[in-house]
Amino acid sequence: MFSSLGYLIQGKPLYWLWVTFLLSVILLGGWFYIYQLREGLVVTNMTNQVSWGFYISNFTFLVGVAAAAVMLVVPAYIFDRKDIKDVVLMGDTMAIAAVTMAILFVVVDLGRPDRFWHVIPFIGRFNFPQSMLAWDVIVLNGYLFLNLGISFYIVFNHYRNKEPNASRYFPWVLLAIFWAISIHTVTAFLYSASSARPYWHNALLAPRFIASAFASGPALMAIGLQIIRRISDYPIRQSVIQHLALVTAIALQVTLFFLLAELFTDFYNEGEHALSARYLFFGLDGHNALTPWIWTAVALLGIAMVILMIHPLRHNPITMNIAFVLTAIGVWIEKGMGLVIPGFVPTPIGEIYEYTPSLTEIMVSLGIWAFGLLLFTFLAKAALPVQCRYLREHPDDDRGAC
Amino acid sequence: MAKDPDDKRDSGLSDSARRSFLKGLALTGGAGAAMAAGGAWGGNTLSDTFADFFQQHYQRMTEDEILDTVARIERKAKRRYGVELQCENTPPQKGVVFGYAINVSKCRGYRDCVHACVKENNLSRDTQYIRVIEMDRDDTDLHHGDHYYDRAEVPADGKYYLPMQCMHCDNPPCVKACPVEATWTEPDGIVVVDYDWCIGCRYCMTACPYQARHFNWGAPDLPPEEINTQTHYLGNRPRPKGVVEKCHFCVQRTRKGRQPACQEACPTGARIFGNLLDPNSEIRYVLEHKAVFRMKEDLGTEPKFWYFRDE
Repeated sequence: MFSSLGYLIQGKPLYWLWVTFLLSVILLGGWFYIYQLREGLVVTNMTNQVSWGFYISNFTFLVGVAAAAVMLVVPAYIFDRKDIKDVVLMGDTMAIAAVTMAILFVVVDLGRPDRFWHVIPFIGRFNFPQSMLAWDVIVLNGYLFLNLGISFYIVFNHYRNKEPNASRYFPWVLLAIFWAISIHTVTAFLYSASSARPYWHNALLAPRFIASAFASGPALMAIGLQIIRRISDYPIRQSVIQHLALVTAIALQVTLFFLLAELFTDFYNEGEHALSARYLFFGLDGHNALTPWIWTAVALLGIAMVILMIHPLRHNPITMNIAFVLTAIGVWIEKGMGLVIPGFVPTPIGEIYEYTPSLTEIMVSLGIWAFGLLLFTFLAKAALPVQCRYLREHPDDDRGAC
Repeated sequence: MAKDPDDKRDSGLSDSARRSFLKGLALTGGAGAAMAAGGAWGGNTLSDTFADFFQQHYQRMTEDEILDTVARIERKAKRRYGVELQCENTPPQKGVVFGYAINVSKCRGYRDCVHACVKENNLSRDTQYIRVIEMDRDDTDLHHGDHYYDRAEVPADGKYYLPMQCMHCDNPPCVKACPVEATWTEPDGIVVVDYDWCIGCRYCMTACPYQARHFNWGAPDLPPEEINTQTHYLGNRPRPKGVVEKCHFCVQRTRKGRQPACQEACPTGARIFGNLLDPNSEIRYVLEHKAVFRMKEDLGTEPKFWYFRDE
């Protein structure tokens, strides 16, 4: 197994350039994080009024990306699609990287990261099952270990040139499927639990989270798989990409429908409950920092949906990939800043404070994203050659050469 | 004050006697470490830094551990601010649940309560537990209120004033939200925070419908010469950065039978504080004889904080 780690240090100059680039961004982010540790969260632009910001926005988006791995896992294991089974490990790998980033985003948001051990069940003092945040700690860490375990088991068997024993890992795969839905549901409940904030406090929030995650996750996965296909000789069939494009198309339709339902309810008889939505979409009392962002997101998601609904455009690699990028950015805005910040504007007692992330918040966030990409790169780099060799020695007629 | 020998928390008096003994122990024992550590550990000694890190949750500490912790809090205050702090651990009185009522007709918007609270509770000078909202006479919608009115003279024509602070809900959403139980309701109804257990996630702040919780974004801005040295573990002792704090009904005063500082400072008598379990208390009189209302009652938080007007 450990010799596969040797693959980490074999690579073309481009690979090293990529790793060096990511490491520099991580170092830069780390430097800003040390500054934040020393001064406190005062170096962010968060306030008592807007007490969560860019970090928690990214966290929310990434939990969705992690959950979306099921869009490969379900067809691979439940519907037994061979083409998808060949790449399902990359879905798990992305989930591992995304969950790790999500956890890091929570850690950098803590005022007292030195007291992290207070959250560890039994050692610390865990407010379970009352606190939705306690639930989130359990489901996120559980999901991370489930994915690590399943991936490791499969790669390890492939490394030993053995067929993994399905009866051994399949129950865990089933569990991971439900668990994936749970991580994004619990994250949505984190917000909708707050009866103080009508913008979050509605039953549609969790369905909206799942729908948009099933758009952004597959879009990012499709982009990643195409990059891997280009820079390695790992066989990834176009049918997989087309599957992900179709999933994205449907999820986008549901996402935009849910958004419409939300807007109708808010604005048909507009009351106090709609103040945050009014702030987000139209501005409130001259405050409209988020308005251009949310309309950009709506436009991006709308364009992506139209592209992916038209068959020739969905099959054209260029337009399809444009749609993937638009989807990822659109959901990142809508499920990130577009979800978190308006919950605080206005405050439950009517103050209006606007928020835009500070330089520190942006740099620390970039550092975490770079860390996630590096983790994904390393995991893929270690697992792909093993997978490749295994596929070569277990040839299949409708599979390309490795 | 009722005193229960079985209670793990002791009254302030016998507390300090034992504490000075412990302090002596700690001083001799910690001296070597202090010398070795020098100015490192953020001006803390190495042993205190370790003790800080491994400090248990308030409700989980034994009596000895609490005394130890309290002594350490006093040492840190001495080191950091150069003041002789008394950090007490007065337990809740039996048969007492505190409640508050505000006579909106009498409040004239002077904000004397706000400033008294800042001084009494060693608040960072950028933090206020109490806010007084200036409202139009014909309006009850908080979203139209002015939280930062700045006038040469109050009350202004056509305005009324609505003081708000922690409502000490009987069903507090903040307590439910906290992932580590760093905030809870004490037997006397006060919702408190263990500043040494809070991890600073600020989820309680998203849960509170009254905007009553405040975060220490940076190190508190607390002028040493203005520090109130009479403090309580769960109350006005100096706070570290990165944790949440809130109004605690002046636990350091009220558990000794004194008024909260805001009530004491109010020149109009708009503030009524007392024991909800005492049928002869003024607050009970108000609840029984006035048309009282509570803020955002529809949320089911059951505030122990009422408002009323003179008929």
